[in-house]
Amino acid sequence: METIKKLIRKQSLEKLYSTLSASRKVYAPVVAADKRVEYKYNPAYAEVTFEHIQSTLSVKNVVFPKVENLMYYTNNKVDSTITDIDLTKIPEVVLWGSHPCDNSAYDVLKSIFCWDIKDEFFAKRLEKLVVIGLACHQSDAYCFCTSVGLTPNSTKGSDILLSKTKSGDYIAEILTEKGNAIATASPDLFENANNEEAVITEVKQTFYHEQVTEKLKTAFEHPFWVANSLRCIGCGACAYVCPTCACFDIQDEAKGKEGRRYRSWDSCGFGLFTLHTSGHNPREVQSQRWRQRIMHKFSYMPDRNKSLGCVGCGRCSRGCPVDMNISEQLQALQNI
Amino acid sequence: MCENIYKPYLMVIDQIVDETADVKTFRLKFKNQEDADKFTFKAGQFGEYSIFGEGESTFCIASAPTRKEYIECTFRKAGRVTNALANAEVGDTVGFRGPYGNTFPIEQWEGKNLLYIAGGIALPPMRCVIWNTIDLREKYKDITIVYGARSVADLVYKHELKEWEERPDIKLITTVDPGGQTPEWKGEIGFVPTVLEKAGLTSANTIAILCGPPVMIKFTMPVLKNMGFEDKDIFTTLENRMKCGFGKCGRCNVGKLFVCKDGPVFTYEEMKVLPAEY
Repeated sequence: METIKKLIRKQSLEKLYSTLSASRKVYAPVVAADKRVEYKYNPAYAEVTFEHIQSTLSVKNVVFPKVENLMYYTNNKVDSTITDIDLTKIPEVVLWGSHPCDNSAYDVLKSIFCWDIKDEFFAKRLEKLVVIGLACHQSDAYCFCTSVGLTPNSTKGSDILLSKTKSGDYIAEILTEKGNAIATASPDLFENANNEEAVITEVKQTFYHEQVTEKLKTAFEHPFWVANSLRCIGCGACAYVCPTCACFDIQDEAKGKEGRRYRSWDSCGFGLFTLHTSGHNPREVQSQRWRQRIMHKFSYMPDRNKSLGCVGCGRCSRGCPVDMNISEQLQALQNI
Repeated sequence: MCENIYKPYLMVIDQIVDETADVKTFRLKFKNQEDADKFTFKAGQFGEYSIFGEGESTFCIASAPTRKEYIECTFRKAGRVTNALANAEVGDTVGFRGPYGNTFPIEQWEGKNLLYIAGGIALPPMRCVIWNTIDLREKYKDITIVYGARSVADLVYKHELKEWEERPDIKLITTVDPGGQTPEWKGEIGFVPTVLEKAGLTSANTIAILCGPPVMIKFTMPVLKNMGFEDKDIFTTLENRMKCGFGKCGRCNVGKLFVCKDGPVFTYEEMKVLPAEY
């Protein structure tokens, strides 16, 4: 649909929040006791922050939970049975105040979960998700959305995108039918916009992703990977905080005869990830695993999924225990 | 309710064959006739086999698509799931999802000689295509099978090797590594590449299908090249660790290709351009 531009007054925003959280689950960012920003279901409006640069974890768990049951079973040897998961029970969730980088990640995840056969666990959750995004009026040195083709106010993935104005009100860009349904349900909260100006942060472009992708075509055997990953401890934190990392494990857990099969987040940074039962491992050293991470996001995915596997949120660099900064690494890679 | 792509078929273990001390073959039948009726697969495809409570494991379907009503898998007792499978008994229920992956292009091979070369536990992923082409015997010219194992005790499908040996329309060459023979052993003694080299076979109008441990592949490839095989006429089936089986869980890729989607069947021409991530 064509974008509709409206204005929401500061005080109307709270009303919109209460209206939404009265009837559904609203997942919104709050500042935790340790100052980290995390998302919570239906926090009190007073708790919700509009000043966060980035939450520690991404919000991909609303469509791809950390641990998700795939089925339950009873193992009676001869008479084993499976109980399926009822996906019709997935609730509608309003994601509130997530930034354009995170919101752009849903398309990336979709290109993984629905590229061939459709993963209904993911698809159903995405279908039930409404995103009220918040353009970034502040950023930090780790942000690099502009290097991966996005901006601090990209509308991709948002149903409504809010942008803060100088006066503290919010411009609301209504972008989809889902967003429009919310706006038309509360017509008194959405005023006509005049010429209010949004405050949008500046994020410096540090590399050209097209050049990185081009470079990677011939860089598989380059000494760059070993030289630049010596300090990587393979902890997998980068994958766990990443909004687009979608690799997962499938495991069984049973107590007596009753059990569940679930999937859980996994990371290509772990040695076990590709280890064969025979003991052979196609990616036996950390540099090969680090290369896989970069190759997957910046070479294989653009090639196969027609989408970069990175949205420039910078969480992997903020969260890395040994300070490996992806944006610096890609700048270096661009010039090898 | 939505379709759960991770939900396996319930299968009953119909028959168990002890191939070697730690290798077994299961014949599995569908518990629900409706599943059996709609299930089809082609030679080369694989599946995820599970013991509920232990997990899933990936093996090729080892039986031929021309043999209806059941599927077979052959596995070595090695990890958590395969140990649990090995402890299962006839009549027990296991899970199976599939078929996944691409297939051997056996229609394109019609009118050609087929040369199958396998080492050790790599015969099972080829058994499906071997039986498939034997069951359509009139469509192919010479069918030759070169199969080697470390020792006589390590040879799998012993009863079938005997059957192939006795058939006049199949040439079977079996070999065991030096020292692996028994006093009664009548086959060759030596490594697969050496035995292949001596066999006096031709590459003319021939497709080679090769599967084995990396060291066997490494030394067999030059022999095939010397025989005059072109890269596009050499086929193999790759294995990498897998979880989902359909290109989502992200671990079986070799470069940009997924073994589970773009493979497991590859020609040497396709493999040559891939990074060594298998």
